[in-house]
Amino acid sequence: MAQANPEFEADCIRRILAGEKQLFHALIEPCERPIYFLLMSLLRNEAEAEDAAQDTVIKVYRNLQNFRGDSQFRTWVLSIARNEGLGRLRKAASRREDSLDAGTDEQTGDYTPAILTSWKEVPSTALEQKELGALLRQAIDGLPAIYRNVVLLRDIEEMDVRETAAALGVTEGAVKVRLHRARALLQKELAPRLKAFAPKRKGLFGWGA
Amino acid sequence: MRIDCKHVWEHISGYIDGEVDAALRAEIDKHLETCEICSAVLDSTRNVVVLMADDRVFELPAGFSERLHARLEKELELSGPSS
Repeated sequence: MAQANPEFEADCIRRILAGEKQLFHALIEPCERPIYFLLMSLLRNEAEAEDAAQDTVIKVYRNLQNFRGDSQFRTWVLSIARNEGLGRLRKAASRREDSLDAGTDEQTGDYTPAILTSWKEVPSTALEQKELGALLRQAIDGLPAIYRNVVLLRDIEEMDVRETAAALGVTEGAVKVRLHRARALLQKELAPRLKAFAPKRKGLFGWGA
Repeated sequence: MRIDCKHVWEHISGYIDGEVDAALRAEIDKHLETCEICSAVLDSTRNVVVLMADDRVFELPAGFSERLHARLEKELELSGPSS
């Protein structure tokens, strides 16, 4: 993920507002992935998420003079994306119970992990197998929305707790609790199935690939 | 006081993110030395976190950026000179 660079952003914004409009392409580029995946998490439809992402970017451009610089630029952009997503959900009068506002952190659930007695690491190279990526996406997609959004920003886009909280409009404590529960649910769902992707042991002493 | 497995599970996410304080971390480390179940739970959770973060898991749709910047370009052209 592209790292935030406040000086570059501030300079860009100043120049764009002064008329160098073309610089906006470079300014928004590092935000494209998080915008899309946050919207995808909310809307759960590729075409609609893409459309909402475009609308978000246009709104960011039109409102650039309102960016105060008291938060990170990307955080501000993601709060616009979130509002765009929530607005569309409301408009669609979605009857799904898993809108962003649904569900509280008080709800009880089963956060007991899948119990294993040993674990053989699944290396990232195993992602060359398409089934593994599909398995991970499916598990994340199956999470309740309030957990999915946090996982998307914290673990997929690797944003820190503070920025995730600001982008989602929740407290840092809520981000930590939700992330913890999300990871526990994912471990429970995935650990038994990921084992199949671990490298096979060869030979009596476990070496060899 | 020795902490139990359930207590360790409650802090696994914070442990992975380096957010537990030194005293608790030491307790968890001590527990992990002798508890193969918690070690496997921790390792598998961490493994899931690492795999999820790989850019290959979630890719933007093909052509997403091109379409976005094309639409943006139209907007830039329409929006006259900045005031």
